[in-house]
Amino acid sequence: MSEPAATLVGPAPRPLRPKLGAGERGVKLFFLLCAALALGFMLLIMIFLFQAGLGLFQPNEEGPGISLSDFLFNVSWYPSYDQPDFGILALIIGSMAVTILSASLAIPLGLGLAIYLSQVAGSRIREVVKPAVELLAAVPSVVLGFVGMVLIAPFMQNVLDVPTGLNLLNAGLLLALMAIPTVASLGEDALSAVPGEMREASYALGATRWETIWRVTLPSAAAGLSTAVILGLGRALGETMVVLMVSGGSAQLPHSLFDSVRPLTSTLAAEMAETPIGSHHYHALFAIGVVLFLMTLAFNLTAFFLSRRWKTMSSR
Amino acid sequence: MFLFGHQYPARRRRQALALFLIRFSAALVLAVLGGILVFIFYHGFSAITWEFLSGFPRDGMTKGGIFPAILGTLLLAMGALVIALPLGCGAAVYLAEYARPGPVLTVIRLGISNLSGVPSVVFGLFGLALFVGFLGLGRSLLSGSLTLGLLVLPMVISAAEEALRQTPRSFREAAIGLGASRWQAIRQVVLPAALPGMLTGAILALGRAAGETAPIMFTAAAAYTLALPDSLMSEVMALPTHIYNMATSGTHIEETRPLQYGSVLVLMALVLSLSLVAIIIRARLRRKRQW
Repeated sequence: MSEPAATLVGPAPRPLRPKLGAGERGVKLFFLLCAALALGFMLLIMIFLFQAGLGLFQPNEEGPGISLSDFLFNVSWYPSYDQPDFGILALIIGSMAVTILSASLAIPLGLGLAIYLSQVAGSRIREVVKPAVELLAAVPSVVLGFVGMVLIAPFMQNVLDVPTGLNLLNAGLLLALMAIPTVASLGEDALSAVPGEMREASYALGATRWETIWRVTLPSAAAGLSTAVILGLGRALGETMVVLMVSGGSAQLPHSLFDSVRPLTSTLAAEMAETPIGSHHYHALFAIGVVLFLMTLAFNLTAFFLSRRWKTMSSR
Repeated sequence: MFLFGHQYPARRRRQALALFLIRFSAALVLAVLGGILVFIFYHGFSAITWEFLSGFPRDGMTKGGIFPAILGTLLLAMGALVIALPLGCGAAVYLAEYARPGPVLTVIRLGISNLSGVPSVVFGLFGLALFVGFLGLGRSLLSGSLTLGLLVLPMVISAAEEALRQTPRSFREAAIGLGASRWQAIRQVVLPAALPGMLTGAILALGRAAGETAPIMFTAAAAYTLALPDSLMSEVMALPTHIYNMATSGTHIEETRPLQYGSVLVLMALVLSLSLVAIIIRARLRRKRQW
């Protein structure tokens, strides 16, 4: 059953881990299995993606497989031609262009919101603004894509006299709107975690409120803020419906903000439905899935290890 | 008022500018959110009639209602929760109560955190490959729910773990001090205390699952179904895919525009009310809790 009190009365924070009896081990195993299952799905996704994606590089009844460098660095994406081309460079550049554009808006606005929520706003206002930011985060991406199509695109065409309103700029604006809540709420967590003593010391030395924020609070929270930004960008990179609906869909290298682009995610969504299973096109789409998976994995790993370092540093 | 003794006018001016910019950026973001909500409400309000909410689409979707889509979305979201809630809470209990720091724990955490960053369309692809193809479930409510369940799993895990971590150590200590075993302490003391927090996470996951499009595009959603779904294996219509289809494909894009606005309004109302309920529960919790 339970164990003698002597084990529990020890020096202060020791993890509370009484020895587990037999039935207890079964319970622990059950919960471990749940956690392992979650991890297992992650691995399963990798396996399935890689397995289907690597089929692109092998020959099948349609023709010879293509080479990895052709896939990654060719600009032409014409999967339905008789002699199909599967170069995704234009798609990669499209994804990166849209993400970088959204970052240029999301970083200042998101961090500004984070500073506002954690340092500037009064507590009454905070109780309204913080839920509002969470509401913004909850807006479905198809709704934002729709708004981009019916509000922003006509505006660009009629007022700014641009040939098509479905372009890089439209997508960048909406993606920024999606990334801002992530950056703001994680950033606010990071800023609020800065110990009060540091800020009080800064005030005691005569700094103004802004000087304290700029020279003390922000640098202390730098790792946490970087995590927030990286995760926000990862969200923008992985977003599908918004870019599917407003980025224009033309698989070419963009030369201006008003050019139509086609990021990786929208390519997948647009073409998957009608592709025959097992064809080169099918494998190519899964290969794109692998690329996307690896890109967001890179973002997430960076953020994961950054946030660990931040946690160990801030506990000093 | 902050009194700092000597304060050069330049420093004051710099602060005024900085604080203004910060307040402005907050106001800008909120204004955009408000603008979007008003825009959708204004254009979609006229389409909301009882017939719209309870009827089937007719005439190539230029008339009629969206009931099958609403029902499909609710079924898919609840199915996702049925899968993600037990699994996610179980994983959270392990992470919060039983796990020891070490390489195993790091790997599990890494896996779960990466799962949360995977793009939704990649989940759709995976669902297509595993549930529709490999397991032979075909495009169905079941495949869609499984895929969506995986998508929201990390959300449920992190909300549940947070809820568990916030219950004070003293609860567990008191239970064990009274002679309970580890599992008894968790089951009878910690879990009930963490339940409201887990509930909040579940509601947010429900909202997220209801609003997702890409995962169900290849695994569950049909552009049009003749009848309401009658089994786990039938295809379903869903609000997000319905909106997408009406707005981008077909020959009646302009004619169905009012219906599109109406559908968007219904989807937004569904998702936002779920989020609001979760936020309110969380705020009430914070005020009410005795620890």
